[in-house]
Amino acid sequence: MSILSEVRLIMGKDLRIERRSKIALNQVAPFAILIVVLFGFALNADRAALTTFTPGLYWVTVLLASILAVHRSVAIEAGEGAREGLLLSGLRPASIFLGKATALISQIFLVSIVLLGAVVIFYDARVDDAVLLVTSLVSAVVGVGAAGTLYGALLGAQRARETVLPILLLPVLAPVLIAATRAFGDAMGTVATDGWAWTALLASFAAIYVAMGVVSHGVLMEEN
Amino acid sequence: MVSVDQTARADSMGTSSKTTRILGGVLLAGIALWLFLAFVVTEPDIRIDGTSGQEIGQFDAFRLIYVHVPVVFVAYTAFVVTAIGSIMVLVKRSVWWDLVAGASAEIGALASALTLITGSIWGRPIWGTYWLWGDVRILTTLVLFMLSLGYLAVRRLEGTAEERARRSAIVGILLVVNILIVNRSVEWWASQTIHQDSTIAEAAIGGSKAFTLFYSIVLAMGLFTWMMIHRFRLAWLERQFDRFGLDDALTSRRAEAASVLEGEMS
Repeated sequence: MSILSEVRLIMGKDLRIERRSKIALNQVAPFAILIVVLFGFALNADRAALTTFTPGLYWVTVLLASILAVHRSVAIEAGEGAREGLLLSGLRPASIFLGKATALISQIFLVSIVLLGAVVIFYDARVDDAVLLVTSLVSAVVGVGAAGTLYGALLGAQRARETVLPILLLPVLAPVLIAATRAFGDAMGTVATDGWAWTALLASFAAIYVAMGVVSHGVLMEEN
Repeated sequence: MVSVDQTARADSMGTSSKTTRILGGVLLAGIALWLFLAFVVTEPDIRIDGTSGQEIGQFDAFRLIYVHVPVVFVAYTAFVVTAIGSIMVLVKRSVWWDLVAGASAEIGALASALTLITGSIWGRPIWGTYWLWGDVRILTTLVLFMLSLGYLAVRRLEGTAEERARRSAIVGILLVVNILIVNRSVEWWASQTIHQDSTIAEAAIGGSKAFTLFYSIVLAMGLFTWMMIHRFRLAWLERQFDRFGLDDALTSRRAEAASVLEGEMS
């Protein structure tokens, strides 16, 4: 089997589970919208402030929602010998990583599209440069998904996963928050900066983490 | 039955040895000399402004440099050792390097926390604020500290010693990759936001000040070595306990059962 069809197999499995359980759609996305509303309360419903800080608030929300999505992605391998099944399947560790990462990325992407609608409605966010917005969004989400899959696999079925994952993953994702906030700031016209340069940083982060995941997943799969 | 050399283990029940006791004694004397140099020999940073003739400078706050700079050196050295140890774990599959990496990371976390604390205490009188957003080094150090906490959390996860070693090694190597990315992005971010010029006053460092600073770095490295040795030995003993503790418990339990059995027979 070629790597591509192996990746499709794993991705298809995860997305099929999501289609049937609808965790991302029915739980993660509403949680993210809830945070957007809470920020509105926290900033005293100050429209001007909300519009100015939309990029930052948006990306903090995406990161928090992503943590939940990563937990879910790991949890479906945790029970009923699923992990052993994957190990025995003979699929390449790199394909398993890429398949799980692609499925996670698609779900985070879905949630961030829903969120985009939410900030347009609740924060009056306007989009000046749609191409920049979408490119930076995709680059950032790929980075978050790849890093999330890598650290998720690292923690595996550990009982302490729920508390360790955020402290492990959020500092790692700090550069994504910085770069994506700046890129969105440019795309939404709230900050004068070169959004494409930040998008390049996001793309490099994504590339590094995809490469790291592909290389190290074999070692990680053997344990946990 | 697993045979364990009781005498060899009894010898290793402490973390000190003659060498470390001597090193510890030398370091204690070194700390006394350091306090003397930092508070008595060196002058506070006071300069006369060329135009107004007023006294300017950092005054006694300057003395914090004799703590701040050495702990920075310790923090970075410790994380470099952790990275090297992590690579060696994967290359050599050795437990020794895993314990080195872990011991070093703990000291690194402590030193980076001290870096932030001493920096903040110094920043209050000099910059007028505990925290300066936009300074690359402050933010990078904070993220480094957070990353090291994550690494230490991973070290405490369950699993066999080998599993834990390899898992930690990957996080340890990623620590280096992450800090490079963080440094790059924060540097960029800071330069595009407020761009804080270096406000560290051009305090004239020379003579006794330069010597004290150099001496405090050497002293800190000595302390790092001393702490490394002790922390490593403690980790080694913990590992020995994990390995042999269960065997010992089984042996004594079996002996107990055998004696009960004998009692019933007689």
